[in-house]
This record gives sequence, structure tokens and C-alpha cells, in this order.
Amino acid sequence: MTHEEIIREIIAPSGTSRAAERSQLLQYLCQIQHQCSYIPGDAITQLATRLQMPASEIQGLIGFYAFLHEQPRGDYDILLSDSISDHLLGSRLLLQQLCNRLGVAPGVPRADGRVTVDTTSCTGICDQGPAMLLNGRVISRLTDRRIDHICALIEASTAVTQWPAEFFQVDDNIRRRDLLLSEETAAATMDGKALRVLLETDGNAILDVIEKSGLRGRGGAGFRTGMKWRFCRQAESDSRYVVCNADEGEPGTFKDRVLLNSYADSVFEGMTLCAGVVGASRGYLYLRGEYRYLLEPLQAVLRQRREKGLLGQCILGKDGFDFDIEIHLGAGAYICGEESSLIESLEGKRGIPRNRPPFPVTHGYLNQPTVVNNVETFMAAAKIAVLGADWFRQAGTPESTGTKLLSICGDCERPGIYEYPFGVTIKQVLEDCGAVNTQAIQVAGAAGTTLPVADNGRRIAFEDVSTGGSFMVFNNDRDLLDMVQNFSHFFVHESCGFCTPCRVGGSLLKNLVDKLVNGHATHYDVGEMKQIGSLMKRASHCGLGSTAPNPVLDLLNHFPQLVESRLAHSGYEPAFDLDAALQEARDITGRDDPGAHIRTET
Amino acid sequence: MSSKNTFMLDGVAIEFSEGDTIMDAALRSGSYIPHLCHNPEFRPHGSCRVCVVNINGRQVSSCTQPASAGLEVDNSSEDLVQERRNLLQMLFVEGNHVCPGCEKSGACQLQAVAYYTGMLSPQYTHFFPQRSVDASHPDTAIDFNRCILCELCVRASRDVDHKDVFSISGRGIGSHLVVNSPSGKLGDSAFAATDKAAHVCPVGAILPKHRGYEQPIGSRLYDRSPISIVGDVAAHESDDQGDTHGR
Amino acid sequence: MADKIRVATASLCGCFGCHMSLLDIDERILELVQLVEFDRTPLTDIKTVGDCDIGIIEGGVANAENVEVLREFRKHCKVLVALGACAVNGGIPAMRNSFELRECLEEAYIEGIGVANPQIPSDPEIPMLLNKVHPIHEVVKVDHFLPGCPPSGDTIWTFLTELIEGKPIGFPYEQIHYD
Ligand SMILES: Cc1cc2nc3c(=O)[nH]c(=O)nc-3n(C[C@H](O)[C@H](O)[C@H](O)COP(=O)(O)O)c2cc1C
Ligand code: SF4
Ligand code: SF4
Ligand code: SF4
Repeated sequence: MTHEEIIREIIAPSGTSRAAERSQLLQYLCQIQHQCSYIPGDAITQLATRLQMPASEIQGLIGFYAFLHEQPRGDYDILLSDSISDHLLGSRLLLQQLCNRLGVAPGVPRADGRVTVDTTSCTGICDQGPAMLLNGRVISRLTDRRIDHICALIEASTAVTQWPAEFFQVDDNIRRRDLLLSEETAAATMDGKALRVLLETDGNAILDVIEKSGLRGRGGAGFRTGMKWRFCRQAESDSRYVVCNADEGEPGTFKDRVLLNSYADSVFEGMTLCAGVVGASRGYLYLRGEYRYLLEPLQAVLRQRREKGLLGQCILGKDGFDFDIEIHLGAGAYICGEESSLIESLEGKRGIPRNRPPFPVTHGYLNQPTVVNNVETFMAAAKIAVLGADWFRQAGTPESTGTKLLSICGDCERPGIYEYPFGVTIKQVLEDCGAVNTQAIQVAGAAGTTLPVADNGRRIAFEDVSTGGSFMVFNNDRDLLDMVQNFSHFFVHESCGFCTPCRVGGSLLKNLVDKLVNGHATHYDVGEMKQIGSLMKRASHCGLGSTAPNPVLDLLNHFPQLVESRLAHSGYEPAFDLDAALQEARDITGRDDPGAHIRTET
Repeated sequence: MSSKNTFMLDGVAIEFSEGDTIMDAALRSGSYIPHLCHNPEFRPHGSCRVCVVNINGRQVSSCTQPASAGLEVDNSSEDLVQERRNLLQMLFVEGNHVCPGCEKSGACQLQAVAYYTGMLSPQYTHFFPQRSVDASHPDTAIDFNRCILCELCVRASRDVDHKDVFSISGRGIGSHLVVNSPSGKLGDSAFAATDKAAHVCPVGAILPKHRGYEQPIGSRLYDRSPISIVGDVAAHESDDQGDTHGR
Repeated sequence: MADKIRVATASLCGCFGCHMSLLDIDERILELVQLVEFDRTPLTDIKTVGDCDIGIIEGGVANAENVEVLREFRKHCKVLVALGACAVNGGIPAMRNSFELRECLEEAYIEGIGVANPQIPSDPEIPMLLNKVHPIHEVVKVDHFLPGCPPSGDTIWTFLTELIEGKPIGFPYEQIHYD
């Protein structure tokens, strides 16, 4: 098919309202990008006409999402995962190797249009990295041999469908099972059991059980799930929505990937349960673009559920219990994991966090009451409905009931998924995953907390060390500054740009971290970092900006000797490399005399 | 109005009506909270963060925070003023603000708020971004070097002019204003100098052509009195036009 | 009376307007010279800066020589002051930062109107240009900033008297402006 035909097919009028089509915009763009390797100007014009919206707004969308491009990418579009967990496994050398072998510079398509190589934020394959996305599909466990093999396949123009299947293998790596993942409870949410409980009792009864269980959101913030559902149920409206947050963008987090791969039915069961409780007839799973490879299997699960009468009209034969789920893809924007950005993105817009109040429970998707929960939260809710509040409360602490899935990676022998009762000590976790010679642990990802190993008596719980799932281990041979630098760059890349402290402050902070890494930072710069960091924490519009300085501030607070050892000895260092700033003039004039250089001051 | 509907702003009781934000109520009562992206004629935006205030040890943007009875709002502590100054400094280093060469100087809200907070220097490291000037329109020029992404022009063109001439593209530090026209140039767009969008820019990014430096130094909008007394530049723009857009 | 306060001044990449403004404090200059004595300044003829209490810099940092002078000042002055828009944020000269250095030089020395012998000078006597013009705080630590293009004589006077009297630095509203 030509691009024109592809575009025509993708954006063919669906017969729904313009507003409904408008909220499909991002989905149209994702499909066009996927099939054409870019969004041709023609497609923008056609979409603008069809949806009666300014073309510049569509361009604004493309400019916002990292996976959308107005210029063609290579036939083979490679994005190497650039998380610190990939770095620990040697990804930076592999990037070089890839670029050298293919003769490309990062981000620039090769002249023959065959290939582009670029980096992307954490792809969530941290337990079997380094990883890359090839035309949107994950390739795991990269080694120099695998890279050579990939280069050969590309040079031979081998169709991706012909590539060795093991390249694309992504394992679950479940290492410890507890309440949610145990074999005994596996059947609990199968075949619509939770929905049957709902139909045997009623929404209020389910809400009571969920509230009694003490279940709190697993996406990070820990809001009480029962309360959220109740607010939504009570909100005035005739249409409500249930949204599953599968954006899983926090570096080092990959537990939702595993749940969606092997427990999707339970997750959808939880969403449907929620819909029955709050009275929603429509649900969305917002799947991060990095997990596009899960799209087909997830759609298959949805089909099966429809066939079994667990989705669609009159679920389980109950009149008026109508609910269906649609999967929306993200396109490379961490901020879209923030619930109000996610809703904007679902509506087909740039993922800019909304002003709150009002909150999504009253004014969410299309301004209607909406529950947004994490993948794990929905699964837990489904199990609780069947197995009861006491079953759930048998694990955990009074404040943090139940269990938590940790996705563990970094310097340990057995990276993977570990389900623990809340309250487990960090020491226990380190032992179980085979971490030795540990220097520090990064809990809850880039936005989380860096702890020196001396703090290993602390516990994973909302009231102590809280996490959405990420748990990264750094041993004594690692330079923690690499991590802090990687995270600062991550946040600059992922800031939505809406508010001043995060947009500008984040970049200033990143530059100061680079200065520190390069050995040019002074005590003065440390003071600047603290000041900018604290401003970002206090004044940012959303959680991204207010957590972005955490890695830097933790480094300065918990690892002062390390910082001290990396400071320049002078009292003040220029903000830029003075001698390098003369290079252009040297090139133009051909001068290289002493006057054509600036000494570093000693 | 009953005393139930008041909150305290720096120890002064401010009355509010249902639906007011802290900013709405403060401005109506004649109390000044510094702001850039806020303009009472438009829906609150909350992006510049210059209007942050302290409530119970938490910071909120007063332009988006609903007023509620009994709040104790700090709008003037030294820490807060310092914080606002830092935010302004960030905006200055993010763009290219060469005030001595800017037609808006003296009547620029970014400058005026910076004077108000006592900012003496941008002090951070300058980004010196490469940005352009769009002079394609016969009556109006855009100097992107000075855009602070307040989105007032976006809002005005969308909500008042119904023309959607402006949008934001990119993200993070790469966010930038774009013009809706085939060439991306203002001259090719539906923009007209009589549009509301031509009169809301708080800085010297959207400027009328063939004018400039009309007011002698010393008698410009903010030369003698601070913005807390003079008010927003956009409010004076409306006077200029003699139109009815004023509040 | 105690020893006089030693002051040095220099103009880097600026227009000398700030120095003119310094003279604009009019008859108060007489009061000033009671209190201070000048080390290196364009107003005296001292070529190297000695140990001083206050160093005042006009202009941004555009070339290697600017860097050198600025560093000398920082080394010898207890208090260093950025005087005027160019020292504070690069000012008008920093408008060249929107262009490549090569474009600027070609425009001036090759494509410029009436250029007799078009070539970009490369004499070792000529200070090498930095690729961008920077405010001085991006090169050395600066203790005080006085904005304005130029700062008014009043602003300078307020500052100097406060500094000399050891008071906190602060200005009346009309004395702060960036143009
Ligand atoms: C920058 C940012 C990114 C986030 N990313 C995610 C995410 O990827 N997945 C998620 O479940 N929650 C994420 N959250 C939290 C959501 O805003 C929201 O609290 C959560 O989805 C609610 O679900 P829960 O109560 O079940 O945890 C993020 C928050 C912020 C501020
Ligand atoms: S803090 Fe501000 S700029 Fe950063 S992501 Fe949130 S809204 Fe966007
Ligand atoms: S827009 Fe305002 S702050 Fe920017 S250069 Fe013009 S006058 Fe100065
Ligand atoms: S051009 Fe002016 S009004 Fe428009 S976003 Fe920029 S600063 Fe705001």
C-alpha cells in the first residue's frame, strides 16, 4: 500500500461523532507513524480538515510525543533504551557499536533511508536488558554479538518478521509470589468470579470490602482505592469512565508489563468490577507505546472476555451491565503516566497535566467522572472482591495492607518480579535477589529515593519507603553520579514544558549535574543545585517537576563525601568551557598561538 | 456578604464569592499577587508559577486555587519573594531578553514583575537559544526570543477570536509557540492586528509594527510606579484600543 | 579618617556608557573622591589592577582578553560588581549570540559594505572572539549586580554609598531598570 492509501484507511470516518473521533487523533497518528515511519504533511492536512481543527495543533501533538515524527525515520527505526539500568548492562558501548557498524549518527537517518538509531527513555525491560525498540518491537538481552547480528540483518534488508524469534522474547521472571501471584489464588478471578460476586451482592458491598481491605493505589501515590471508587460513583453524571494506567514509565518499573503479559484477564476483571461499582460503561487501558508488542495479545484477551460475556452488553446476562474496554497507545511520554495528563492524552491531546481541583473522579475523561487506577490496583481489587478483605489484610502493615510487586534490577544475581508483603525490609529484598557488595538502592525510580545501604533496615511501605515498584541496586563499583546524571537528563527529556520551575529549572539542574560529573562544580554550584531543586519541589505544577530533583538532592544529602570528592578545588568555576568557546574562532582564523587559548585557572 | 466568605491574605481579610480563585478575590479587592500568565479575562492557566502563595506550608498557584473560607495565605514572606525572583530569573535566562533593544521595555510585564520583586540580575546561566523573528505580517511582528509561553495569545485566538492562530509544540525546554498557517508564518495566517490575540502578550513577543519607543523613557507604563499599583499591561492595552474588553 | 577605599573599573565588551553614567553622579563625585581612590580605570592611566576593595566591570565577556582582565579583577578585588546590562546579561552585544561566529565575521569583514580588502583578520595581536558573548557571572563570581543600560547615576550613587557604609544593598523603585 502507498502512504496515501494507508492514511486514507486509517483515518476513514468511523461514523461516530466528531468529538469521539477527535479523541482518536493520537491513535490515528500512532498508526500512521507505525506504518509510514513518519506522519506525512498530507496526513496532517487531511486530519485537520476531517477533525476541523488547526493543523498547528496536530503538529503540536507530534512535537510533544517522542515516538511521532514529521520527518521519515529509517526503514529500521532503532531506539536503544537509555535508562541507567541499561547503562549498567553496557548499553552505551552497544550504542557506539551499533552506530559504527551501521555508519549512522544517533538521531539522523542514514542517507539511504535504511536505518535510524536513537535512544529512548527506559523501555521497562530492565531485568533482561540492555533492550531496544525496533520499529516499536522490543528486542531484549542485547550483547555485542546480537548487535552484530542485527546489523547484518539490516544490511541484508531482512524483513523483521524473518528475524530470529528469540530476539523478541521477553520473560516474566517472577521470582517471588505472594497473595496476588500465588498459584492458589490464580483461579479466584478467572471466568468472571469477581463479577459474579458483584452481581450476587451489590456495588456498595464491593466498596465496603475494598475499603475494609485498606487497598491503596499501586501506581505510587497510594490513594485509597475504595474512596476513589466511591467518589466517582457519587459524582453526578450519566456517563462515567474507568481507566487503567499502564503507562509504566518510571525507570526501573516493569511489573505492569508482567501483569499485562500473564494476568491481563484479572486486570480487565478488576476494571469491569470497577465499572459495575461506579456505573461506567466505557473503559480504557492506556498502554505505553513501548509495550506495543502486548497490544495484540491484550486484544485477544478482550475478545475472549467478550465471547464469554464478561465484556460488552449485559455482562453475565445482567440487564444494564454494559461495559467495554478499548486500548489506547501512548507514544513516548513519561508525563502521560500522571493521571490528568493521561486523560488529556486519551482525549487525543498533548499530555499536559490539568489544574486540580477538579479531580478526575468528578471531572475526568471528557469531563466526566473517571476512575484512574494502576494495573496492579485493578488486579488486587478483583481478588479482594472474591477472597475478602481479611485475606488481603493478612499481609502487610496496618497502613499498607497486602502485598506489593517489586521490579528489581541492577546489580543483583536474580533481577525480576518479587511480590512481598508490605513492610519487608530492604535488607531482606537485597538478600533474596542476590545483591552483594551493595552501595545504594534506588527505590521508586528516578522520581524516588536514593538510599545508602546503611539504611537497609528501612521498610517498603507507604509510611516508610514508598514505591510504585521500581527497586534498583547499585554495587560499590558503580559511580552514583552516573545514575544521577542519567535521571537528570531523563527529566529534562520528559518534562512537559508547561511550568517554569520544571521546564527551566530542570534544565539548569541538569547542566549543573553535568558540571559536577565533569569535575567542574564547586560549593557554589552545590548551593545552586539545592536552591533550584527546592524551588522545583515546591513550585512545580505537577508531580514530575516536584520529584525531578530528588536524585540530585538525595545525592547531596546522603552522599556528601562522594560529592566532595568530585568538586573542583577553586571557589568558582565558569559555567562553560572557556577554551572550547574559542574553537570556532580558531577554526575560522587558523590561529593556534598562545593568545588563541585560554588557560584553566589553577 | 457574610464573614464566612473571607480568607486572610497577609493578615488582611479578603472577601470572595463562590467560584473565585484566590487571585480573583485578591485582584478584585485591590490586593496584588504577582503574575504573568494570568489575565482575568481568560481561564486560569497556572504555568508561570509566579503567583505561588503559601497555604499551610504548601504552595499553590493562586490563579488556580479556589478560595475557601478561613484560609491563611502568605503572599509576601521573604522566602516567597525570593522564590518568585528565581522563577523570573529562569524566564529571563530561558529566552533572549535584551531589554535595551526591546520596544516593549518600560511597558513589559515580565520586566515590571521582576522590578517589583527586586530582581537585579538573571544570575543563572543563560541558555542563549537560537530563536527567530517572524516579520511576515504587515501589521504585527513576533519575536520568539521574548516569548515566555504564557499561552495568552493561544487562549485569546482560540476563545475570543475563534481563529486558533497559535499553538504550542515541542515539549520540555524545547516547547515553543507555533503559528497555524501553511508556511508557519504569521503573514499566512488568519491573524489580524485587531484580534484580541494582538493585545494580550505580556512581553515584547507579539508587537505592532511601525510603532515602538513612542513613550519617552521616564513616562512609560512602569517607569515611575510599580505594577502592584499600575496593573497589568494588557489592561492598559484595552484602554488604548478604547474597546470594551477591559474588566 | 581611615584609609581610602580603592576602586578599580574596567570596560569589557560594552559601550562605555556605564562609565559615562559613573561620571553622571555629577558633583557627588567630589564627595566620592573623598572616600575612594581609583586604581586601574579607563579614567586613570593605570594599566594593571592592584589589590582593591571594589572592582567594577562594565560590559560582557566577548573575547579572550575580556576573560583575562576579568580574572585579574576577580583576583585583586574584594568585591566585584557587574555594572550595566552587558555585564549583567550580555546586553546588546549578546544579540550576536543568535548567529554563528562565522556569519558575524563574514558579515563584518567580507560581505560588509565598503570592505576594501575582504578577509577575516587573524593577527595574533587581536583578541580571539568567544563563540558567544557571556555575562560576567558566567566566568567569575560576582558579588553585586547593577542593571541598566546604563544604570543611572543615582543608581550607582545609591549602590556605592550603601556599599561603602556597609548597609544592605537596596534601591528605590525608580532606580531599578533593565534599559
Ligand atoms: C510524572 C508521573 C508519572 C506517573 N506515572 C504513573 C504510571 O506510569 N503508572 C501509574 O499507575 N501511575 C503513575 N503515576 C501516578 C498517577 O498519577 C495516579 O496517581 C495513579 O495512576 C493512580 O492509580 P493508583 O491509585 O491505582 O495508584 C504517575 C504520576 C506522576 C506525577
Ligand atoms: S512540573 Fe510542570 S513542566 Fe514539569 S511535567 Fe509537570 S506540569 Fe509539566
Ligand atoms: S520582553 Fe520585556 S523582559 Fe524581554 S527584552 Fe522585552 S522588555 Fe525586556
Ligand atoms: S507570544 Fe506572548 S502571549 Fe503568546 S505565549 Fe508568548 S509570551 Fe505569551
